[in-house]
Amino acid sequence: MTDKTTDAGLRRVWVNAGLPALGTLLALAIWWLITIAFSIEPFWLPAPPDVVEAFQRLSGHLAEQAGVTLIETVAGFAIGSTAGAAVAVLFAASRTIERMTMPLIAAVNAVPKAALAPLLIVWIGLNIHAKIVMVVLLCFFPVLVSTMAGLTSVPNDLRELANSLSSSWWQTFLKVRLTWALPQVFVGLKVASSLAIIGAVIGELTNPDRGLGSVVVSSSQSADTPLAFAALTLLAIMGASLFYLVTGLERVLVPWARAISS
Amino acid sequence: MIKMTGLSRTFQGKSGTVEALRDINLDVGNGEFLAVIGRSGCGKSTLLRIIAGLIRPSRGEVLVAGDPVERPRRDVAMVFQRPALLPWRSVRNNVLLPVEIFRWPRAQHREHADRLLEMTGLSAFADRLPHELSGGMQQRVSLCRALIQRPKVLLMDEPFSALDALTREELAVELQRIHMELGTTVVFVTHSIQEAVLLADRVAVLSARPGRLRKLVNVAIPRPRSFGHNAHLEDVAAASAELHQLLLNEHMPATSATS
Repeated sequence: MTDKTTDAGLRRVWVNAGLPALGTLLALAIWWLITIAFSIEPFWLPAPPDVVEAFQRLSGHLAEQAGVTLIETVAGFAIGSTAGAAVAVLFAASRTIERMTMPLIAAVNAVPKAALAPLLIVWIGLNIHAKIVMVVLLCFFPVLVSTMAGLTSVPNDLRELANSLSSSWWQTFLKVRLTWALPQVFVGLKVASSLAIIGAVIGELTNPDRGLGSVVVSSSQSADTPLAFAALTLLAIMGASLFYLVTGLERVLVPWARAISS
Repeated sequence: MIKMTGLSRTFQGKSGTVEALRDINLDVGNGEFLAVIGRSGCGKSTLLRIIAGLIRPSRGEVLVAGDPVERPRRDVAMVFQRPALLPWRSVRNNVLLPVEIFRWPRAQHREHADRLLEMTGLSAFADRLPHELSGGMQQRVSLCRALIQRPKVLLMDEPFSALDALTREELAVELQRIHMELGTTVVFVTHSIQEAVLLADRVAVLSARPGRLRKLVNVAIPRPRSFGHNAHLEDVAAASAELHQLLLNEHMPATSATS
């Protein structure tokens, strides 16, 4: 019995950690092999050791710029998601407000955010705030839409139950709708977590004073492709971490969701 | 306990007006178990929702304990076809939901909830989540949630129809026991003749659209009744046969219904 459980435990570790690690190593190996096989110059496509070398060469600088990007991303993600969820609650409470403002919000969302970046600098200035606002703009809409979908997807039998108990609007909202919406809210948060990094980088490419986006800009100007790759690697790690952080939070907060969706 | 006079209800649908119920006159006595039986779409659920105060009749009136029903009452509880449990609440907290919504002191009713769970054999599952329970157990939880209101009237809308045959019989027998123990007035909508004969004092047979009261059938078989072999096989067979006739011969001339 104990043997079986340890076996199962080992299997779990292998499936959850071993397989992803193996996949990553294989991808790195293929990348490296391609650079060797076709003898590609580091200027075009640096091999993994070149990128590692760039990390070592400028580790302090990269860490500092990564910190800046991380602050922009997390602050924008937090503000944008909170605002999106709050507006969704407002819309759920008042159909009049929803009808009045939803088309406007949908239209604003359809504008490519990158095109707004120069305007944000005009309005807000050459500072970190303009970049955070860019992240906010990207995170707001997916959380708004998914939260609204969640709040309006309460099944009929639960609605009728609430009615038969003469539950007030607020009681139904707090005890039924809000929790019912959480799994959907997390769908939006996961989308927003990926968009947050993109928003931060758009901001930094437009105003490349600080952050990993500015590292990419300056390194390509000096033809230091390995350094650009180092910055991109950090961005990828940051984005993936944020995504898995949200996923982990979902498992802790709505453990029942996986059970009822199967 | 319940007095229905001249109840009618029409709905405005996309394809015109649908008459769901026409002129229902029916009294349900204190502690009586009334089964309402009829084909799909005969308005039995509509009738139940009118008694519950969830929808208003187009004409007529319902009195519960002497008061006209205008909105859902706390002493009238409903059990639906599906358990309608909140998936994130434990079994006990699902049972306590009405207590919270009524803003009753939770501490006082916790013991009551545990007693109800014991009565339905769910004590060991009080802290589990609904999805860990079988369909039959979930429906037991929803029955406990209705009973925690200490209802004078229990309204049940085909509560066992989503369950497998054996679980259905098991729950029907259990409901009979609970009804005998608590003496609550029950209106039980079903399309199962078997359930109606097992549980009811009287069976109201509704005709198809518009739903009218076709006949009230007395089931004078002593309790506790049971499925399968028992001392009153002939009475059960006779009552079942009469209900069959009433439901099947609906579109035939009236003479064929007299057996």
